Amino acid sequence: MNNGVVNVLLVGVGGQGTILAGRVLSRAAVSLGGEVKVSDIHGMAQRGGSVVTQVRFGPRVYSPVMAPGTADFLVAFEKLEARRWLYYLRDGGQLIVNNQELPPLPVLTGAAAYPAELVAEMEKLVKNMLVIDALELARQAGNVKAVNMVLMGALARQLPIGREAWEEALAASVPARFLEVNKKAFNLGWDHNG
Amino acid sequence: MRELLIGNHALARGAWEAGLRVAAAYPGTPSTEIIEALAGYPEVYAEWSPNEKVALEVAIGAAIGGARALAAMKHVGVNVAADPLMTLAYTGVNAGLVLVSADDPGLFSSQNEQDNRFYARIAQIPCLEPADSQEVKDMTMLAFSLSEEFDTPVILRLTTRIAHSYSLVELGERREVPLKDYLKQPSKYVMLPAYGRARHLVVEERRLKLAAYAETTPLNRVEWADRRVGVISSGIAYQYVKEALPGVSVLKLGLTYPLPEKLIRDFVNAVETCYVVEELEPFLEDQIRAWGLPVAGKELVPRVDELSSAIVAHTVGSRVAALAPELVSPALAQAARAPEAAAKAAAELPGRPPLMCPGCPHRGVFYVLKKLGLVVAGDIGCYTLGATPPLQAMDTCICMGASLGVAMGMEKARGPEFARRVVGVIGDSTFLHSGMTGLLDMVYNGSNGTLIILDNGTTAMTGHQDHPGTGYTAAHRQAPKADLEQIARALGVQRVQVVDSYDLEAVERAIREETAAAGPSVIIARRPCALLHKEKEAVYIVDKENCLGCRYCLELGCPALSFNGEQAVIDPIQCNGCGLCTQVCPAEAIRKAGEGNE
Repeated sequence: MNNGVVNVLLVGVGGQGTILAGRVLSRAAVSLGGEVKVSDIHGMAQRGGSVVTQVRFGPRVYSPVMAPGTADFLVAFEKLEARRWLYYLRDGGQLIVNNQELPPLPVLTGAAAYPAELVAEMEKLVKNMLVIDALELARQAGNVKAVNMVLMGALARQLPIGREAWEEALAASVPARFLEVNKKAFNLGWDHNG
Repeated sequence: MRELLIGNHALARGAWEAGLRVAAAYPGTPSTEIIEALAGYPEVYAEWSPNEKVALEVAIGAAIGGARALAAMKHVGVNVAADPLMTLAYTGVNAGLVLVSADDPGLFSSQNEQDNRFYARIAQIPCLEPADSQEVKDMTMLAFSLSEEFDTPVILRLTTRIAHSYSLVELGERREVPLKDYLKQPSKYVMLPAYGRARHLVVEERRLKLAAYAETTPLNRVEWADRRVGVISSGIAYQYVKEALPGVSVLKLGLTYPLPEKLIRDFVNAVETCYVVEELEPFLEDQIRAWGLPVAGKELVPRVDELSSAIVAHTVGSRVAALAPELVSPALAQAARAPEAAAKAAAELPGRPPLMCPGCPHRGVFYVLKKLGLVVAGDIGCYTLGATPPLQAMDTCICMGASLGVAMGMEKARGPEFARRVVGVIGDSTFLHSGMTGLLDMVYNGSNGTLIILDNGTTAMTGHQDHPGTGYTAAHRQAPKADLEQIARALGVQRVQVVDSYDLEAVERAIREETAAAGPSVIIARRPCALLHKEKEAVYIVDKENCLGCRYCLELGCPALSFNGEQAVIDPIQCNGCGLCTQVCPAEAIRKAGEGNE
């Protein structure tokens, strides 16, 4: 950690809900009383591309963007994206990875193969890794699109932010008709212990 | 009350609190959210204009008419609005007018990364550069007062990382600003040569007054620390400097045109070594060097791509560290060394470029264009992705509306036979933005070319904003709906066809007919954007007994379709049921789920 600033990098594939997850996390982080900065990418990159949301919070935060090698937490919504962004994680940082494969275009068209053994490879590189089947847990919660909240639940357990702040952040970020499903997904992620 | 806001929402809030009455824009990343937010305030009239030139003209009329006004656009939008801007600089305003330029260093969603601070210098008008959402709000409010005090439009320049980053903002209340009197003043607002000449003198006087203001305004401030090293910076680059070089003295410029010469001279003289750290062009540095001041900048800091605290640490930071390592952030100095091998390993993974969504109505049209081997003059929108593998069916993309002129120029360069192989491709919103004049040129100057309008009924790339062809306004009120067929006919095009974008046979037939026909033609390929169509259609499935493993369907580049090594597979979660794959399958191995034995 850098001057008490916590860096969380959320990575995934456009359409997986990283932006909403970032909103929930950043709202919850406001409860700590310090500064919060968040950076998302909009526009063309969102169309099924590799996407990243950066959340930084602490007593004084300057840049909304963190440097490679300084992420305290890397939350990957997809395995290949976990590997792609792994160099952002600092030594001793925590990787939380959704055990889901979304083949990128070069794989879909047969121009490349989806890398095998990604989890085993990352296990060698990272001390603290939590692999989670977020798609299955989201399905149990009642909506496959709630993968993002499963992962937020798993992350939440490791952050110094109170449960109540998370609940308020969820309620403020998610449309009322989807709140129950998202809460359930969040709780399943929270209870998951690898 | 403090709230987490992106820069664009902070800007809208600041403008509203400052008594804004009229706002206009054309959507463009990273500026779009400004008008979307302003449309939610009942005290503000906010419109989507057909293009940025119209947007700025609406703001000009409103300001001359006595109301505080704002026009917002992305950097390249200012090119479109540059004509009124340059003369607005002469006329000045009545009530305050703010032009928001949202630049896109790093080209997250743009065709270039031009640095629009130069517009302030060409027009000789003030440029403000905020460094976080709170500053965006504060500077927006101040920009209106400055505009009125100095009788000038003010450029508020954001970059993607300011426009789209959240940080905490203190909210205030709206202050109603009464309409200013409207007085007829031809010598101020009618820019005939004689009046323009006189107004140019006013522009010069105003620039000098603004330069004097720049010396004392709190927008420009020195943060003294170690005096061995000084850094001059602005906007988001300031944040990167504070992060990477916490120990150095910083001159933070919030008003970056005109520059405060004395303040800068005193700062440079007070430190042993001075650096200028700015994103993109050496806009500050060139002016500072012109005063003969010894600063280092672009020989260290890249001129290309967006900046970051890591880059500041690598470049200026390594110079500073050689002198005084304690002035550099240890975490960043370390991070700057560590990850290169890891970044290289990441670069060897299969890439994940953006691509058209499952069910995207553009996909089929590009599939046919590729099949027919046509030369495609493209345009700006989601459909520019038609240039990428596996479709690769686009030859040019220059700017909004350029497809028509480029197709026309190719035809005139290479002759009418070539025209049978060239098509222009443009979206509905882009056509209404700046395609109509190009089409008029094709009619007027005897083109044999074909224009395909991809009509998905929205401005999709920027997040589904309305436009004159959707039948709704920015405030979601019903409006007259521009009719693309009638517009094409009214411009003099006699051959106008409408086809269903999902019907590959019909699309191919229409393209063959119109490229062969004499005279200009328009094909409107129509289907709503797949992201707007919320109902889940029945998905398609691959019949394992019939699939030959030929991979023809993979040529569509659909994210729902993949190959398991032997056969095609359709992901039922992603499939939107458009049915293109069943049309290209030579073995009738793809069918709608539920139509057969399962």
